[in-house]
Amino acid sequence: MIRGFFLFLLALVPGLAMAQEERVLGKAVDGQMHLQGAATPIMDSITAFHDNLLMWIISGIVLFVLALLIIVILRFNSRANPTPSKTSHNTMIEVVWTVAPIVILIVIAIPSFGVLADQQTIPDGTRKYLGANIFSYGDVELPAPELTVKATGNQWYWSYDYVDYDGVDFDSYMLGDAERESAKPNEPRLLAADFDLVVPVDTTVRVLVTGSDVIHSFAVPSFGIKIDAVPGRLNETWFNVRKTGMYYGQCSELCGKDHAFMPIAVRVVSKEEFAKWLATAQSDGVEAAVAMLSPVN
Amino acid sequence: MADAVAGHHEAHAHPTGWRRYVYSTNHKDIGTMYLVFAIFAGLFGGVLSGFMRWELAEPGIQIFHGLAQMVYGFEGDAAIDGGKHMYNVFTTAHGLIMIFFMVMPALIGGFANWFVPIMIGAPDMAFPRMNNISFWLLPAAFTLLVISLFVEGPPGGFGTGGGWTIYPPLSTSGQPGPAMDFAILSIHLAGASSILGAINFITTIFNMRAPGMTMHKMPLFPWSVLVTAFLLLLSLPVLAGGITMLLTDRNFGTTFFAPEGGGDPVLFQHLFWFFGHPEVYILILPGFGVISHIVSTFSKKPIFGYLGMVYAMIAIGFVGFIVWAHHMYTTGLSLDVQRYFLAATMVIAVPTGVKIFSWIATMWGGSISFRTPMLWALGFIFLFTVGGVTGVVLANAGVDRAMHDTYYVVAHFHYVLSLGAVFAIFAAWYFWYPKMFGIMYSEFWANVHFFITFIGVNLIFFPQHFLGLAGMPRRYIDYPEAYAFWNAVSSWGYVVTLVGVFVFLWVLVEARMRKRVAADNPWGEGATTLEWTLSSPPPFHQFETLPRIS
Repeated sequence: MIRGFFLFLLALVPGLAMAQEERVLGKAVDGQMHLQGAATPIMDSITAFHDNLLMWIISGIVLFVLALLIIVILRFNSRANPTPSKTSHNTMIEVVWTVAPIVILIVIAIPSFGVLADQQTIPDGTRKYLGANIFSYGDVELPAPELTVKATGNQWYWSYDYVDYDGVDFDSYMLGDAERESAKPNEPRLLAADFDLVVPVDTTVRVLVTGSDVIHSFAVPSFGIKIDAVPGRLNETWFNVRKTGMYYGQCSELCGKDHAFMPIAVRVVSKEEFAKWLATAQSDGVEAAVAMLSPVN
Repeated sequence: MADAVAGHHEAHAHPTGWRRYVYSTNHKDIGTMYLVFAIFAGLFGGVLSGFMRWELAEPGIQIFHGLAQMVYGFEGDAAIDGGKHMYNVFTTAHGLIMIFFMVMPALIGGFANWFVPIMIGAPDMAFPRMNNISFWLLPAAFTLLVISLFVEGPPGGFGTGGGWTIYPPLSTSGQPGPAMDFAILSIHLAGASSILGAINFITTIFNMRAPGMTMHKMPLFPWSVLVTAFLLLLSLPVLAGGITMLLTDRNFGTTFFAPEGGGDPVLFQHLFWFFGHPEVYILILPGFGVISHIVSTFSKKPIFGYLGMVYAMIAIGFVGFIVWAHHMYTTGLSLDVQRYFLAATMVIAVPTGVKIFSWIATMWGGSISFRTPMLWALGFIFLFTVGGVTGVVLANAGVDRAMHDTYYVVAHFHYVLSLGAVFAIFAAWYFWYPKMFGIMYSEFWANVHFFITFIGVNLIFFPQHFLGLAGMPRRYIDYPEAYAFWNAVSSWGYVVTLVGVFVFLWVLVEARMRKRVAADNPWGEGATTLEWTLSSPPPFHQFETLPRIS
C-alpha cells in the first residue's frame, strides 16, 4: 500500500529514467551537472535515490523557503506594513514545523537504509538488490563473487593482485602526456593508466582494499563504490558491471603531492576475453595479456 | 579610606598607548583586538584560496610550480613536485586559518566578548586577565602556523599538506619534517585559547547576569555563546588528546595510529571528528544568535518562539556530539554503525528547521526595514538553507558513497560556513559597528558590499555541486578536462568576491574618514537588548550600577 503510493509519486517524476540511459559511463563529460552514468545495480540505486527522490525534496524545501522569504519581503516591509504585529507564539505552527520535517526525513530514510544495506552486503546468490527500484523489496538478482582482486594504494600508484591466481599482480601508474598520446590516445588525460584493472562483465567481483603507506581511497563513480585504503586494515567492497568498456575513478583520500595523479582505470571485458587475458597473464605475463585484448575505442 | 578609593580608581584607570591593548583586561578592547585579528587572518586565508582558484581556473598546473620557485627556490622538476605539495599546503592552511583564526576569533572572541557581558548586564567578563591570555595565545598560534609554511614537511617540500583534518599516516610517517610539529603546536595553542575563552563565557553567563535576568529571559546571542562554550569545553580536549598522540607518534616512538605497532589510523579519525563535528556547530551557533537579534530588530517584532529557539540550539549542540562518524562513511565502518550515524545525522535537520522557520515567522507580520545587517541576515537564511539541504543529502551513507571527498562536500560546507558563518559575521559587523566604534558606515557602500559578495560566493560555490556530482575529487591540483567549465565559472566567482572584499575595505576607510556620529540606538524601536541603552561607543566600564530586568 505505502509502496504503491510511493511508486505512484515516482511515476509523476518525468523523463528521469530516460535521461539516465543517455549518461556516459565511466567518466565525466564536459560541463556535466549530474552523477556519472550507472553501470552497476548499486549505482542504479544511488542515482534513483538521489535524482528521483532527494533532488525533488531538497529543491522543494529550498523553493519553499525562498517563496516564504519573498512573501515576507513583499508583504511585511515597513512601507507595506507600517505597524508590526507582536505575535511571538503559536503552538500549533511550531508543532507543524517540527513534525513535518520528521515525516520528510522518514520518507528519505526508508529507501536510504535499503540503498546502504545493498552496498554493504556482498551478494550470496540469493539476496535481492534494489537496483533503480528503491521503493521495493528488491528485484535484482546477483551471483556470488567469482573473482577477488586486492587493490593496494601506494604513494602514488595502485597495485592490483588477483589473489586466486599465482603471478597475476601488477602496478598501475598514471600515464604522462607523452606516453598517453603514443600508447592510449583515446583515453583522457589524468585518467589513463599504464596497466588497467581488467575484470569480466556480468560477474560479481570482490575487491579487497588496503594501503601500504598512507591512506588512499579506491573509487569508481560509475560503479557507485568508494572505500578507503587504510594501512593495517583490509576493507572490502564489490561490484557487478553490466557493460564492457573503460571506467575511471580517482584516488579519493588526500595522500600527498601526487594525490591527483593516481587514477583507477578499470577495463571491463567479456567473460571469454577475461578468461584468455587471465590465462595469458599467468603464462606470459601481464604485458602480453594486455596486448591481446581488443583495443579500447 | 581615601587611599583605598584612590587605589580603586587607579585600577580602573583608562590606560593608553600599547599598554591599553597588550595588558588589556577590558572585554571591549579585547573584543576589538579579536576582530582586527580575524580580519587580517581572513584576508590571509582568502589570499590562499585565491591562489587555489587561480590554479584551478583551467586544467593543468599553471601557477604553483612558479610559486614554489619564487617562495622556496625550487628549480626544474623539483619546482613541479614542490608546487604540487605547496597546493596541499595552501588547502591545509586555508582551512586551519579560516576555522581557528578567522571565524572563531570573529564570532566568539570578537562579538561574544564585546556583547555577551553587555547583553546580560555585566560590567565585564568573569576572568578579565584570562580573557587577555585567551587573545594573546592566538597571535602566537598563528605565528607557529606561518612558521610551519617555511620549514620542511615531506622530503622535498615545505609546509604541512595533510589537509586541516591531518589524518595519519600522512601526518606522521608521510611528512617527517618539523612543519607538522609546528602545525600541531599551533592547534594546541589555539585550542588552549578557546578552552580558556569557553570557561570564561560559561562562568560569566552563569554568574554575572543582571538582577532579574533569568536564563529564560536571557537574549539569544548569549544563549548561543553559552551552548558554543560548552561544545568547545567538551570537544577541544579530545582534539588536544588526539594531536598530542600524533605528536608522540611522530617524535617519541609511540604507535597509537601506526599499524606496524598495533595502532590504527582510523582511531585518529574518530578522535578528530569527535571534535570536528561539534566544531562546525561551534562555528555556526553564534551566527544563529546574531541572526536572531538582527531579524527581530529590523522586523520590529520580538523573536518568534524564543523557547523553541533556545532548546533548538541546545538540541543541535547535543546531537552534534553523536554524529561524528558521518565524516567517515568510506573508512570501512560496519553496516550497523553506518545505519546509526545515518539516522542520528538526519535528526539534526529537525532543530535546524525549527530555527529557519522561526526566523521567517519572526519576520511574518513584521514591519521590516532593509538596512544592511538585515540584507546579510536574509542572505544567511537562504544560503544556510541551501547548505542545510545538501547536508541532508550527505547524511545518507548510501549517497555519500558517491559524494564523499568530492567537490559536492566542498560546496556543502562552504554554503554553511563561507556563506553561512561568514554572512553572519558580516551581519554582526554591520549591526554592531555603530555601537562598537561610535560612527556609522555608508549604507550605500555596505549594500554594494553585500550584493557583490552574494553574487560572488554563489558563483564560486554553486557550480562545485555539479563538479562533485560529476565525480571531481577534492584537494586536487589538476583535473580531467571534463571539469574545466564549472571550475572556470567558480574561479570567476572568486574574482567577483575579491571585488567585494575591496568594497568592504573601502567601507571601513570611508567610515573612518567621514566620522558620521552614530546614535546610541541607530536601529529604532526594534532594538531592545541592553547594548542599545548605552552610549555609542559604550563607556570604558559599563553598568557600574547594575541594570534591573523586570
